[in-house]
Amino acid sequence: MNADIFLWLVQDGVTNGAIYALLALALLLVFAVTRVIFVPQGEFITYAALSLSLLEAGRTPGTIYILAVGGLAAAAIDGYAALRERAWRRLPRIAALYIVLPLAIAFLVAWAAPRKLDQWIQVLLVLAMVVPLGPIVYRIAFQPLANASVLVLFIVSMAVHYILSGLSLVFFGGEGLRSSPFWDARFKLGVVEISAQSLFVVAASLLLIVGLWLLFEHSIYGKALRATAINRVGARLVGIPTALTGQLSFLLAAFIGAVSGILISSITTLYYDTGFLIGLKGFVGAILGGMASYPLAAAGALVLGLLESFSSFWASAFKEVIVFTSIIPMLVWLSLRSRHVEEDEE
Amino acid sequence: MSAALEIDGLSVAYGKVEALHRATLRVNEGAIATVIGPNGAGKSTLLAAIMGLLPSKGILRYAGALLDGSSTEERVARGMCLVPERRELFAELSVHDNLLLGAFHRRGDGARALAADFAEVYARFPRLKERSGQLAGTLSGGERQMLALGRALMAKPRLLLLDEPSLGLAPRVVRETFHIIADLKRTGVSMLLVEQNARAALQVADYAYVLEVGDIVLEGPAAELAGNPRVVETYLGLSSAAR
Ligand SMILES: Nc1ncnc2c1ncn2[C@@H]1O[C@H](COP(=O)(O)OP(=O)(O)OP(=O)(O)O)[C@@H](O)[C@H]1O
Ligand SMILES: [Mg+2]
Repeated sequence: MNADIFLWLVQDGVTNGAIYALLALALLLVFAVTRVIFVPQGEFITYAALSLSLLEAGRTPGTIYILAVGGLAAAAIDGYAALRERAWRRLPRIAALYIVLPLAIAFLVAWAAPRKLDQWIQVLLVLAMVVPLGPIVYRIAFQPLANASVLVLFIVSMAVHYILSGLSLVFFGGEGLRSSPFWDARFKLGVVEISAQSLFVVAASLLLIVGLWLLFEHSIYGKALRATAINRVGARLVGIPTALTGQLSFLLAAFIGAVSGILISSITTLYYDTGFLIGLKGFVGAILGGMASYPLAAAGALVLGLLESFSSFWASAFKEVIVFTSIIPMLVWLSLRSRHVEEDEE
Repeated sequence: MSAALEIDGLSVAYGKVEALHRATLRVNEGAIATVIGPNGAGKSTLLAAIMGLLPSKGILRYAGALLDGSSTEERVARGMCLVPERRELFAELSVHDNLLLGAFHRRGDGARALAADFAEVYARFPRLKERSGQLAGTLSGGERQMLALGRALMAKPRLLLLDEPSLGLAPRVVRETFHIIADLKRTGVSMLLVEQNARAALQVADYAYVLEVGDIVLEGPAAELAGNPRVVETYLGLSSAAR
């Protein structure tokens, strides 16, 4: 291997690693606040990436039907709960949030799709379609189970993943899609050429990570999210609406998933189920970081991206095997450590 | 006198086991009511149900309005606050952040109001000020109690429910705690106080209830109850022998 190839592999690894880092952070966030292992994260990537490609081609993405029907289902559940508690004053808000807003977005997208507007408008439309799916999924599948065990939540999470990826096949079909890059310049940095798209991905990831850090360290809402994760009863006692924090964490995760999908859609060709594998790598990154701290998870994801890129060069047939077996030593270490923690508590 | 809290026929069950049977009690506006009783009587259960942490049957009325179906957050927003027996602090957040989150429902109040409240809490508990950057989980037992009370003060409650605020504190800090309770009363806060330290509770309270295995078996003005032979024997005799 010469320096050229080495640097090229590093660039490739860092670009993918940055996306895995974002996903790892989202998974940790959702797990900390709601104890849900967010398997459907990958579908948000797929939905965003494929919706963007379809919009570019001037076609209407099926995401709008998922959004509208999902909104109606969430409205039905919330409305029924409100009726049972006779909390009439909650009804207008439910209707606005779960019926009017999703329908408005759906109609807007249907109107805009054939017009092939600017790329940045298409990106905004994709975010508007995909991000609300986060809170909607939480409302339908997870909020009623807020006190269930991690295992039950995980099983539900798997079910949600299968449903969403089934819908993905129905609405996007089996063909692979790829969108055009935001910026297809290349820079010469010494001997290597760096693509602008890679820079874009890394910069966007860094920006999001700093944004998340600011949110959690310096805003009362971020602190409320952390407080809910640390002590649910305590959070309720200081007046934090814990159902809302669950929705907020899903909103952030859906946003991160959608951004990742948008970033990645011009780097690789995506199929209806590609997102799952990418999301899984974010999960592996989080595990490599010990499933506990945000900086470690981000570092773990970066290492994973590099590992993946180098193993695709040396042993491309075993790329996925190498990537996924890398968690075994970490899992062994985690399970050894968690036994010690339990002993400490007794 | 108008009631800050009125409870009528309140029952709470854990599964099929009823822990509180049709309890009826009230806290007058600006007054302190206390509930004393042996371990497992249902005192903490009563407070949790009042805050909406546990489902209950019966009537709960706060400041004249029914609390039916309102969530814990709504109750907090309307000025109710509980210092729970287990304190429920945010162990991995700093003392400062715990206090800040105590004022979560007042997040619209502006930085100046919050700064004044921080100053007040820190003046009452200088120890918390020294430790403001420390994680709550690393505080000593007594410091944790102070933080729990401080966090409640940050909420500026109109009705404060206190579950054994003096549990495990050194005598000097117990006295300080009861000072604070008397001070709060002067500023017009209504309180429902649950205490093992019956002597101190009956001294500071206006009205008292005795709860035994889920039933209110005795009630009356605190001073009167403090002279009741049964109370003296069961709750005061023992505590004076122990101290
Ligand atoms: N989560 C629970 N599940 C089942 N039973 C419970 C639960 N919590 C409390 N109990 C039972 O309800 C009864 C009342 O408990 P509670 O904690 O209200 O007592 P208490 O008066 O506060 O006692 P103490 O003075 O020891 O704090 C006890 O018999 C207890 O075992
Ligand atoms: Mg108790």
